[in-house]
Amino acid sequence: MEWPFFLIFAVGMIASSVMVISLRNMVHSALSLLLSFFFVAALYVMLGAEFLAAIQILIYAGAIMMLYVFVIMLVNVREQMGVRQWNRQRAFAFIIGGLLAAEFLVILLTGFFDLLPPARVVAEGAKATAEIGNTEAFGSVLYTQFLFPFEVVSLLLLAAMIGAIVLAKREIK
Amino acid sequence: MWLEVGFALIKILIIWGAVSFLVAYMVYFERKVIGHIQVRMGPMRVGYHGLLQPIADGLKLFLKEDIIPHQADRPVFLMAPLFALIPAFIVYSVIPISGNFFIANIDIGIIYILGISSLGVFGIVMAGWASGSKYSLLGGFRSAAQLISYEIFLGFALIGPLMVAGSLNLLEIVEAQKNVWFIFYQPLAFVLYFVAGLAETNRHPFDLPEAETELVGGFHTEYSGMKFAFFFLAEYANMMVICSIGAIIFFGGWQIPQFLETIISGGVDLVTSLVASALGAAPTGLASLVQNIGGVVKAVLISGPLWFFLKVLFGMFLFFWIRGTLPRFRYDRLMAMGWKLMFPLALLNIFITGIVLHLV
Repeated sequence: MEWPFFLIFAVGMIASSVMVISLRNMVHSALSLLLSFFFVAALYVMLGAEFLAAIQILIYAGAIMMLYVFVIMLVNVREQMGVRQWNRQRAFAFIIGGLLAAEFLVILLTGFFDLLPPARVVAEGAKATAEIGNTEAFGSVLYTQFLFPFEVVSLLLLAAMIGAIVLAKREIK
Repeated sequence: MWLEVGFALIKILIIWGAVSFLVAYMVYFERKVIGHIQVRMGPMRVGYHGLLQPIADGLKLFLKEDIIPHQADRPVFLMAPLFALIPAFIVYSVIPISGNFFIANIDIGIIYILGISSLGVFGIVMAGWASGSKYSLLGGFRSAAQLISYEIFLGFALIGPLMVAGSLNLLEIVEAQKNVWFIFYQPLAFVLYFVAGLAETNRHPFDLPEAETELVGGFHTEYSGMKFAFFFLAEYANMMVICSIGAIIFFGGWQIPQFLETIISGGVDLVTSLVASALGAAPTGLASLVQNIGGVVKAVLISGPLWFFLKVLFGMFLFFWIRGTLPRFRYDRLMAMGWKLMFPLALLNIFITGIVLHLV
């Protein structure tokens, strides 16, 4: 029962991601990205991570994409459609993309042959969510086991926020 | 399994039908309320006191010519009305109409609702951009900035009640209000929620994205026929969503206050016993029939869906009342009020709720 759904969501995600980089009209690209976020959320639901899926929709699709679209709408799309789609960084892009693909492949294979901890972590996570529910499990892990990384990330975001405010202020003067 | 699927489909059809019907009649209700606020009668021509007006309006819009402007971006222009309307309806898949009538009961109910309803803005923004008209584009911009900001306050205002309830599950939130509604624990949160809800649905006094005096019709200037009707229905459906969430989180959902339940059942009992004793001389079959009717009336009067509907209706009335009372905000005032007043107040509410919950 799971396979057909997984195929729909995975193929849809890949197709919409390809559309993001291949469509010439930027607004259409942005809307494809929105579509791909939905497929990601659907995959999260299939993995039993409903909280993550809802946050994916709320934050990425609802808020971040909206800001993207807002900025893109300010650009003259008809002018931009004449711009070349490939730029000169193609070689670097291939190298970095290849490295990333290799990394994904390694992760996939280790998961497939059950070599490394990920499978165990997933099992533990499944046990925790079965006991106390998805959201509670998420919260308790985030604020106990991963408290330090969490605080580091918040500090980083705070710095980014202050940076944005400083830049915006300078613009006015 | 197929039985379950069929059962769920029937429930979906019932809720979808009820919501569509109510949305159409909310337009009528609004015209009546606004009419009486302005000492007019509102629609009177079609049917008794204009009761068939929504159907006439629907027919008219259905038969109108559908115009797609030459400058429009066709696919996006066609998708935008659907994008506006569908999220508002999807949200009803998790809203419990009563303790045992809902389509899905999911643990993250409230986040799901916030997430899905945050997508409605895409319809408006897409419409504004795809129309290829400057009025539409300006409406879309205003809407994007306004909705992103007020979505944050909407979510933050709900955090206080959620902390008190200790759950994101809508059924559990309603159960937690068995004795005291959260409006009494969290009055500030309700005010913030309601103001944010007004802005989130583009209603007066925050209807800047479609301000007629400045932008013709705002984001839907170029739309006609059924596509326009979709935007129109989406606005009312979104208002009903805001009112439904408000009823669930602040007004105890489908629950009826204890004293009212006592009064209503006592009153119905009294009337039935009076009628039955008046019929004392009549054959006994009639008296028991009266008792049965009394029982049914009592069950309906204290039933969950009715009270849920009344609470939603009250929320809708507040929306219309405000529309009939307040003038439109200026755009910079809207943003200033949001970020400089509502945002700090929402944070303060969360802070105080946290302290109180820690002490109690």
